[in-house]
Amino acid sequence: MLYRTAGQYKTSYASDQAVFPVRQDAILLGIILLLAWVIFPLTASEFTFQTLLIPILIYSLAALGLNVLTGYAGQLSLGTAAFMGVGAYACYKMVTLMPWLNPLVAILLSGAFSAGIGVAFGIPSLRIKGFYLAIATLAAQFFLVWLFEKWGWLYNYNSSGAIQVPNLTMFGVYVAGPQASTIVQYYVVLVVVSLLTWVTINLTRGTLGRTWKATRDMDFAAELIGINLMRSKLTAFAISSYIVGVAGALFVFMWRGAAEPNLFDIPLSFRILFIAIIGGLGSIMGNYLGAILIVGLPVMLNTVPEALGIHIDSATVEHLNIMIVGSLIIFFLIIEPHGLARLWALIREKLVIWPFPH
Amino acid sequence: MTDQAEGYTTADGRKIGGVVMEMKNITLRFGGVVAIHNISFDIREGEIRAIIGPNGAGKSSMLNVISGFYTPSEGEVWYKGAKRPPMKPYEVARQGVARTFQNIALFEGMSVLDNVMTGRLTHMKAGILPQMIWKGRAEAEETENRIIAERVIDFLEIQHIRKTPVARLPYGLKKRVELARALAAEPTILLLDEPMAGMNVEEKEDMCRFILDVNDEFGTTIALIEHDMGVVMDLSDRVVVMDYGKKIGDGSPDEVRNNQDVIDAYLGVQH
Amino acid sequence: MLHDIFIAPFQDMFSAPDFLLQVLWEGLVSGILYALIALGFVLIFRSSRIFNFAQGIMVVFAALTLVGLHAMGVPAWICVLLTLGVMFVLAMAIERVVLRPLVGQPDIILFMATIGITLFLIGFGEIIFGGENKVMITEELGIPTGSWTLEPFGGLLILEQKDVTAVVVAALLVIGLLVFLSRTQMGRAIRALGDDSQAALSVGISLHTIWVLVWFIAGIIALVTGIAWGARAGVSFALEVIAYKALPVLMLGGLESIAGAIIGGLMIGLLEKLFEIYWGQPLMGGNTETWFAFVLALLVLLFRPQGLFGEKIIERV
Repeated sequence: MLYRTAGQYKTSYASDQAVFPVRQDAILLGIILLLAWVIFPLTASEFTFQTLLIPILIYSLAALGLNVLTGYAGQLSLGTAAFMGVGAYACYKMVTLMPWLNPLVAILLSGAFSAGIGVAFGIPSLRIKGFYLAIATLAAQFFLVWLFEKWGWLYNYNSSGAIQVPNLTMFGVYVAGPQASTIVQYYVVLVVVSLLTWVTINLTRGTLGRTWKATRDMDFAAELIGINLMRSKLTAFAISSYIVGVAGALFVFMWRGAAEPNLFDIPLSFRILFIAIIGGLGSIMGNYLGAILIVGLPVMLNTVPEALGIHIDSATVEHLNIMIVGSLIIFFLIIEPHGLARLWALIREKLVIWPFPH
Repeated sequence: MTDQAEGYTTADGRKIGGVVMEMKNITLRFGGVVAIHNISFDIREGEIRAIIGPNGAGKSSMLNVISGFYTPSEGEVWYKGAKRPPMKPYEVARQGVARTFQNIALFEGMSVLDNVMTGRLTHMKAGILPQMIWKGRAEAEETENRIIAERVIDFLEIQHIRKTPVARLPYGLKKRVELARALAAEPTILLLDEPMAGMNVEEKEDMCRFILDVNDEFGTTIALIEHDMGVVMDLSDRVVVMDYGKKIGDGSPDEVRNNQDVIDAYLGVQH
Repeated sequence: MLHDIFIAPFQDMFSAPDFLLQVLWEGLVSGILYALIALGFVLIFRSSRIFNFAQGIMVVFAALTLVGLHAMGVPAWICVLLTLGVMFVLAMAIERVVLRPLVGQPDIILFMATIGITLFLIGFGEIIFGGENKVMITEELGIPTGSWTLEPFGGLLILEQKDVTAVVVAALLVIGLLVFLSRTQMGRAIRALGDDSQAALSVGISLHTIWVLVWFIAGIIALVTGIAWGARAGVSFALEVIAYKALPVLMLGGLESIAGAIIGGLMIGLLEKLFEIYWGQPLMGGNTETWFAFVLALLVLLFRPQGLFGEKIIERV
């Protein structure tokens, strides 16, 4: 009864094409937005911001970027972290070369650099398919991380080889660096993530989205109905890498505060991939669900046994966490290969007719 | 009846126009294998043109040449009075050649409606910025093209499944959705690759009806390949017969039916 | 600049041929191990269409188990047998818990599942054996640790005996596998699966048995690689990296080609070492071995999408 769609008639194609043709979905989104924009900032502690809210948003964004490429356009990538790195280093160079630049603008621009490099590494996708392409993206992963380490100009030749986020202000308020307050950073992240999510929703439900999905589902048929595969794949690489790059800039500037090259190594790529898979490839909402799970799990493992009076040392918690994530991936692949988003869709289908089974 | 400029009138009184597409001395080789050997024929505006032949005759290869998937080793393709330069399949599609596939090639991860909408992609021109904000041209195009897609969906009687993922559909309906996707492109020439393959009698009759209706209602030129001779003879205006990569007959169904080479090919006489 | 790239490296090679030989030897040692790991990939891929990302962690896991058992006071050779037992149990468990429920899923899902296995084994291994570096029990296994010194061209060439052992054992294992694949019924079944799984199954070979078997073979390969590489670099989770090197080998040689895996492995081993010594270190600050193989494979595939040994692909509709 909660999800009854009876009585909601569509009288125009435009209303049928709305993001949420079902009223309850729109209400649900309203509640989520209210929580994210008002309730959480009013109630969350510093700890919650730092360990949950901010990382969940940033990881969701990175997974969203990967999902455009892998979930929508069907090009498997294992090099996400390296493109996050490109965004982070580009942002660092911009704010140190041009200190007057608005930090938000710098963050949004930094994605352009990863988009460019993403397109360059996407060119092989025109000739290489499937697993071969996945391995090819590893070339980007290993080469770029090597470059972050060897190219001193990128980190302004400082002796540690790492980048430190300087204090940055926007309209007189500190938004990045040691002086910035967490709530401000949270809002910056929220603004960027909301904006890019909205843009991605629009792209994936329209012409470009259909072009990508057609490329993913059957590439030769896509070409024979008039899709330029090169354009389709390269736009996917560009937009995906843009989003991933912005996520990388946020990752370092709004959360970590500093970064060494190996931060962008392959384990980060995989973490993003898991979020996208567990959430559901080819879904927008899945990225958020996946990120909540992957970011939330270690926090839970840290706090729950503590609260129960069981002491587990932090190294063990970390290992346990890895083990559980591994098992969860297998578990989810077995029960629902299409991820949490599909699980939610199935529940919704049941709710539409609930309490009657048919 | 084979007047080059004028066209002809069919038995049931339809007027057939001039030549839309002409294949001139097409040869196609894969390494040492000759799939098509020096074949010429034309397709006229408004007609239903069939290419038939036993399995392995090179029909599919010929369709792939027409739709640009293969580039012929020798020979020329003329389209709308001009020689077609070598081009990618998607460019051929944008010139108004749409097709279906023998082994259904639908986009399984999308709904029926979205599949039909992909047929409209060649007509969508909105830039990436309007698409990002879903305003202006992007929004308008979405509705305009939806109207055309819905018209095709109505015509092929698949309204009830428009939001169903195609992966869930039975074979016969998938074939129909594929036809819808090709029709949505409003093509100049519609290529059908064994449209009746794997169908039962009832489904075949349905498909025949749809093919005739499409030709009748929209005036679409149709070229189809099929190895089932019976159906084709009833359906088409002119027939090309292929065997072992060569053309062994070309003409009206009656002419072809009485052609000794064709009879031999189908009865398996030793060459 | 051009001189540094195109002329100087070759001058160096010719002026010190003994050093060049040394470099080639080092490359050969890595190359044969890459070939071995790639072979493990190919066997699993041919028999189940699974792109097994867990191969790398299996190397680590096997080496850790071996060292860990020895630390508990078990004699070295018994440790090897016990580790083989553990790898067999692992193969059974993977087949039972992961593969069987996922039969018929798309390739990408199975690939993801092997990443799941990878993570599980990382966490599991760290909890049981700890994450710190360990020393391979080279001597206890009777592997000679001395070195031979040769003097070709009046220069100096040092062959570590454990490397020679690794090359010999790896080569024997490769030959053994080839014989197994071509001479035994089981081996032929595995190859048949790669060509036509329906036909192979119709002659009455159990898919489950084959899967357990190929994963166990991958486990044996993992143990051998783990011992050989562990003897050179110590046993740690960093060992996983060498299994990544098998990936570009597969790109070059093809996911299904046994010969491709072997030739591709040797090629990458040799070329990446040459590049590192003569171009990477003098010109690019070194450590190019992390990416060279991948970039090389990428470039080759750009011009030959079918790989080095594949036939030209004719696409069909």
